[in-house]
Amino acid sequence: MIADSRLAPRRRLGGTAGILLTGFCSALAAGLLIVILGYVAIQGWGAINPAFVTQLPHPVGVPDGGVGNGIVGTIIIVAIAAVIAVPIGVLTGLYLAVYGRGLSAELIRFLAEVLSGVPSIAIGLFAYTICVKPFAHFSAFSASFAFAVLMLPLMIRTSEEAIRGVPTSIREGALALGLPDYGGVVHVVLPAARPLIVTGLLLAIARVTGETAPLLFTAFGSQFWELNPANPMAVLALQIFTYAISPYDDWHRQAWGGALLLILAVLVLNVGARLALGRHGKKS
Amino acid sequence: MSLELDSPRTVEVSQRGLTARQAIADRVFRIGLVAATLTFVILIAGLFAELVHGSWESLVAFGPKFLWSSEWNPVTNHFGALPFIYGTVVSSAIAILVAGVVGIAAAVFLAEFAPPAVARPISFFIELLAAVPSVVFGLWGLFVLAPFLGSTVDPFIQRYLGFLPMFSGGIYGIGLLTAGLLLALMIVPTVAAIARDLIQAVPNELREASISLGATRWETVVHVVLPSARAGIVGACVLALGRALGETIAATMVIGNRPAISASLFAPSYTLSSVIANEFTEATSSLYLSALLELGLILFVISFIVNGCARILMWSMLRSQGRRP
Repeated sequence: MIADSRLAPRRRLGGTAGILLTGFCSALAAGLLIVILGYVAIQGWGAINPAFVTQLPHPVGVPDGGVGNGIVGTIIIVAIAAVIAVPIGVLTGLYLAVYGRGLSAELIRFLAEVLSGVPSIAIGLFAYTICVKPFAHFSAFSASFAFAVLMLPLMIRTSEEAIRGVPTSIREGALALGLPDYGGVVHVVLPAARPLIVTGLLLAIARVTGETAPLLFTAFGSQFWELNPANPMAVLALQIFTYAISPYDDWHRQAWGGALLLILAVLVLNVGARLALGRHGKKS
Repeated sequence: MSLELDSPRTVEVSQRGLTARQAIADRVFRIGLVAATLTFVILIAGLFAELVHGSWESLVAFGPKFLWSSEWNPVTNHFGALPFIYGTVVSSAIAILVAGVVGIAAAVFLAEFAPPAVARPISFFIELLAAVPSVVFGLWGLFVLAPFLGSTVDPFIQRYLGFLPMFSGGIYGIGLLTAGLLLALMIVPTVAAIARDLIQAVPNELREASISLGATRWETVVHVVLPSARAGIVGACVLALGRALGETIAATMVIGNRPAISASLFAPSYTLSSVIANEFTEATSSLYLSALLELGLILFVISFIVNGCARILMWSMLRSQGRRP
């Protein structure tokens, strides 16, 4: 089309140059992911061994040592966050999808969108003033609280979209069969919307798993196997940060190892969420 | 955009045919929904209220002067936010300039020119780039990007453009420019993904009309498609800017963390979020803590305004296109 010989050469050249330039920019953006992933994989691979994922951190100079407590801490904190965020997020999404008309619903949607852009460190400060300051010590629970607030916007939006995606006729059918309102929603609408809600949950978990900033003054970190959410707890992302800005080569090596683990976890969650979405899309 | 769903007429249904137990369950269910929604609204209100409450001492002590005072001295208890506002604004400006150009160009290519077999994997990679945790970006920036810029790119720029104040002074590798470029990497996916969707949403009739008038596909993109998606694309850039303004860990690791205002982009600087990250757990006096919380409040208010504007811009574009016959 562009190669039409009747076009003035300048116009043809401009078009080709434009396409090449925009193509280069997309290759650049996509290539960066490969560069970063590749670098983390090469640097991190050497650090990963059974001891690294199962042991406690050792002091500088003591060989071995790992981030086992950070991995466990990440799982505990994210799990508690999900337990808080799922009911509030899904029910709010349900409210918006079923009853959400008018100004107040638009306002809530707007708030959810805006909250998704609030810096995580500001949410960490909120968690600090609510959950840390009154008890006068850092705790894993306060980190879960911050993570839950971070997860909410995504949970609300995906739940609303998932529930809206269920045809109205299905809900009307349930009502016509004599099911009460909640029965139709609980037994008919929610099961139909569940795959998409789970996708949203996986994406929300992926988002907070790599989050570091709010942890600095909520979970705080720990050198021990800490399982009690009322106490400070080690978290993988925080360990990477601490190791990276330390002056020790051995800790840098461990930071790369931790980064590889973290990036793998986040990518698996993301790709998993996409695959679940794709399969659901094909079925319907 | 918002579908008008028939909401079930709960009241009528419960007056007809439902048992008392079902009617009660129905009511409990609806109360539960409203309670969850209210919880969410209260959380956001609480977020704002707690930040104001926490920074009250500093608000009273320094007043509006906090915004343009450049002294940050925990020993004498004098606090001003200007160096951090400067560092945040400059690093984010670099980020959005670079990410805006690259992201919009990538979006144009993906939406208009690339065949699906090319566009799909590239889109997938760019979206995964958005999922990389910021601490990993920071680690890569600290050990790869900063040394590379410091040893290769910065000296090169300085040799030819060193007469400009923004490229003068000592080169450390870490600094404003490095932070800006790293932030650009982090927000490129936001710009590219949203701009691509918005460009795809431009009605095909516009493209067909333009091509039928003899324009090439490139001319169609530049003169027809991009202008008609402009409001939304600006919105996407503003949204990405909001991310750059609030990004903490990656910026903390490569910006150098020095509360000084320097004209040079090579100089170490400090951002609002990174000073909170570095100093919050070490704040000794309550005024110090309160000043840090006020920095958080500034960050919250800026991001609220920036994000609100971005959403309104994008909604206005999609609305106006949705209504087009």
